[in-house]
Amino acid sequence: MMVPVVSVVVVALLLWLAVWTVVARDAFLAVAAFVVYGLLLALVWVRLAGVDVALTEAAIGGGLTGALLLGAVGRLRGTEAAATAERSSAGTQGVALVLSVGVTMALVLCVLALPEPAPTMAPQVAHKLPATGVGNPITGVLLAFRALDTLLEAVVLVIALIGVWSLAPDRFWGGRPGPRYTTDPDGILAYLARVLPPIGIVIGIYLFWAGADHPGGKFQSATILAAMWMLVQMAGLGDAPRIDSRWVRGGVVIGPLVFVAVGLFGAWTAGAFLGYPDGWAKPMIVAIEVALLPTLVLVLALLMNGPPSRGGAR
Amino acid sequence: MSVETLFALAACALVGIGLYGLIVQPHPLRKLVAFNVMGSGVFVLFGALAMRGAEAGMAADPVPQALLITAIVVAFAATSVTVALLLRLIESTDNASLADEPSAGD
Repeated sequence: MMVPVVSVVVVALLLWLAVWTVVARDAFLAVAAFVVYGLLLALVWVRLAGVDVALTEAAIGGGLTGALLLGAVGRLRGTEAAATAERSSAGTQGVALVLSVGVTMALVLCVLALPEPAPTMAPQVAHKLPATGVGNPITGVLLAFRALDTLLEAVVLVIALIGVWSLAPDRFWGGRPGPRYTTDPDGILAYLARVLPPIGIVIGIYLFWAGADHPGGKFQSATILAAMWMLVQMAGLGDAPRIDSRWVRGGVVIGPLVFVAVGLFGAWTAGAFLGYPDGWAKPMIVAIEVALLPTLVLVLALLMNGPPSRGGAR
Repeated sequence: MSVETLFALAACALVGIGLYGLIVQPHPLRKLVAFNVMGSGVFVLFGALAMRGAEAGMAADPVPQALLITAIVVAFAATSVTVALLLRLIESTDNASLADEPSAGD
């Protein structure tokens, strides 16, 4: 089978950008290259027949991670010169080179020795998917066959948020994260923050709803909605919430709690944790998704916001 | 060579490039970016394996693809915790050095 030229070009660009992120002169250039790299990765996922993964990569891998790192670069500006003074010795560089070439070679040998035909679970998924009532096999896997992974993922997100919040100095605990942004109310940022969110919200909710049968789903949707919220904050049109407000705390845990409740309901009615009784799969999947969406939007946006940094205990 | 083999081999190189940057770059933020490159290499390798499992009318095995979505979200969560740790480190020590002894430049 011939490899299409597009794939070769994408791979060449991808490797070039990866090298660039590692050797770039300063952190800003490295992060900028990484953002482009993330968008290019989304193209890779399309080439690898993973449109759902591509949407997630573009939204989270390239978008949110890139924005987070760019924000960090801005605040780390002053520390770069000192770190550059610690540049690794030639010896360390040599060892690193040998080690990374060795790891790459070992992986290449594994790839070349992969079994034929490849192991796959696609037939089982195709066979069982109609029982779940969803048409998108990825959604079926995420919320029926491997629902436990998705539950643990939601829990990991909440734990990560607790981790970020815990880094707040005591005097700011319970306050609001990030700076209070002020921008020109007639400027382009404020304009965009008024025009884009309505469109973003519609696209986000469409992706959420279409995810049952087409590429899309709650993660991609939640990322877009979180990005719209960040835009409103950065334009100074809204403020980040206090982390001790009830609705924030409630919203952060509602998704995992409903998920666990549905799981226990399954244990009671279908004999297995997260099992769905016959004919009930679709409504239970929808219940989980609807409960997870606000949690994901809140947690993703609050992870972007960082620990509280002003207006401590009331 | 098939498309999935091409991307699998590229993924091996990405892991190596990321690992090199993780060791060589002294600044923690650079290490974090390199670590993300390394992680994305693992993801692409996994995605290539998913495509090898194309069967039953599906263009790729959906099980690894679903796990990849989970993995990308978890990688973002881990990155955000690391960034918060890093900013806190600088706030409390005024430098981003990971060295045991302050370097001569300080």
